[in-house]
Amino acid sequence: MEKVAFNIEQIRSQFPTLARTVNGKALIYFDNGATSQKPQVVIDRINEYYTLENANIHRGVHTLSQEATTAYEEARISIQHYLGAQHAHEIIFTKGTTDSINLVAFSFGELLQKGDEIIISAMEHHSNIVPWQMLCERKECKLKFIPMSPKGELDLETYKELLSSKTKLVAVTHVSNALGTVNDVNSIISLAHNVGAKVLIDGAQSIQHMPINVQDLDCDFYTFSGHKLFGPTGVGVLYGKEVTLNSMPPYQGGGDMIKEVTLEKTTYNSLPHKFEAGTPHIAGGIALGTAFEYLNSLDMEALQQHEKELLDYATGQLQRIDGIQFYGEADYKVSVISFLIEGTHPYDVGTLLDKMGIAVRTGHHCTQPIMDFFKIPGTIRASFAFYNTKEEVDIFIYALQRAVRMLK
Amino acid sequence: MKSIQEIEREIIDEFSIYDDWMDKYEYIIEIGKDLPLIDPSKKSDDKLIKGCQSRVWVDAEKKDGKMIFTADSDAIITKGIIGLLIRVLSHQTPEKVAKAELGFIKEIGLQEHLSPTRSNGLVSMIQQMKLAAIKQSTL
Ligand SMILES: Cc1ncc(COP(=O)(O)O)c(C=O)c1O
Repeated sequence: MEKVAFNIEQIRSQFPTLARTVNGKALIYFDNGATSQKPQVVIDRINEYYTLENANIHRGVHTLSQEATTAYEEARISIQHYLGAQHAHEIIFTKGTTDSINLVAFSFGELLQKGDEIIISAMEHHSNIVPWQMLCERKECKLKFIPMSPKGELDLETYKELLSSKTKLVAVTHVSNALGTVNDVNSIISLAHNVGAKVLIDGAQSIQHMPINVQDLDCDFYTFSGHKLFGPTGVGVLYGKEVTLNSMPPYQGGGDMIKEVTLEKTTYNSLPHKFEAGTPHIAGGIALGTAFEYLNSLDMEALQQHEKELLDYATGQLQRIDGIQFYGEADYKVSVISFLIEGTHPYDVGTLLDKMGIAVRTGHHCTQPIMDFFKIPGTIRASFAFYNTKEEVDIFIYALQRAVRMLK
Repeated sequence: MKSIQEIEREIIDEFSIYDDWMDKYEYIIEIGKDLPLIDPSKKSDDKLIKGCQSRVWVDAEKKDGKMIFTADSDAIITKGIIGLLIRVLSHQTPEKVAKAELGFIKEIGLQEHLSPTRSNGLVSMIQQMKLAAIKQSTL
């Protein structure tokens, strides 16, 4: 696709959901951190697959199967190019971030010994905590945490002290879904490599907001979900360095991941198939490739600039609301704002905003340790995508003031 | 004393005058402010229902053969809905509470708050109110 200049109206017209009404009001969708809306090209691609191409992949000589296989493998290549990965077979299709992390926790985890250490951070999503806790229980390893400051920034000095030759893996989020903080993953990665540890970057909240190049980052794993970057649900990616992936045993057994099976013994297929047992989400993988092509057609710099303006504008407007308290005030943030308003409960605010057509997230955002850190049960979170506008922010502020007046 | 059905009908009539969501919620918030509050000494963990969105405390007693409920929540809309439920269920016999279907919630357009995925504690609260009534009816 050819790159086109940033035109918000044109971009919005490509997302059919944005044109609908909710409770009689034009929808304002500020829950992009949970999932993004889908552009028409992605919806059309899924439709086209099931209408014209549907067949199982990697296992048929007939035309449909070959076409489907080609489309699926081309999607892998689109993703490889977008991420700047060295090889297409370093792109493993999974169900999403959670699935990708569980794959690593199991397969890479098999290589760990009793007493080995894993480091995560105080601002992880539950899906980047629980799999490591399970692994540590299974393998008698130790889990350590990089603490964070009240501004919501990781304390890299303490991180340096946590690192040692016992550290085998560091798994941290690139961007916090609850706070918006962009972590200094370059430093985190190089410090880990200095002690010989591998690094997994949870990219669920970063890839939709900034260019990602896995070779520049030099991370060993990078994970994300299709649905948060304008693709379908149920499909995601685990990027892994070839050497590391090759050193790991398979995750699940089944079709597609084998080279040869006798009743006694199986030899495993090579990458990426070794980690892709069973019939995958074919339509999802293909449409995820389309989502990346769509992103490629946009001017990423202009999008980032627009999102930054939204973040600054909304933060400024919110600051004028009496009794507002922000959670996550890092110097470097993406367009995510978590807050509470004194004397109101997030559930009430969220319910009233919904009645005015505005979708925000309320609650703990699957990050209970962050909520415990701030000693709050949850927050209200507005998270913007590039298709949101300042006009929507204005309506949101107005609606929020109305809700607060009703509740106080 | 009015029957459960009569009170439900009354509430449906009251809500029928609001055609705007915000007016409806304004009314629910008012009801929330008048909720018969649980005695603070009873606001203990065993009376607490933890939803991940809002928290609810509920207490049940039997007086003169009738169930009496008191409750509280940290969210005012949740409190308003509890207020409606208590208006319907308090001062009724345990048997009637146990059997109440509470269809009025749907009729006034608030069923979304009773969806288990909403996780605001209300679904568990209704279960607890009914359980308390069932216990009382067999004593
Ligand atoms: C930072 C982060 N990690 C992981 C996940 C889990 O993603 P999924 O539910 O798509 O597997 C999310 C989703 O909210 C997230 O924000």
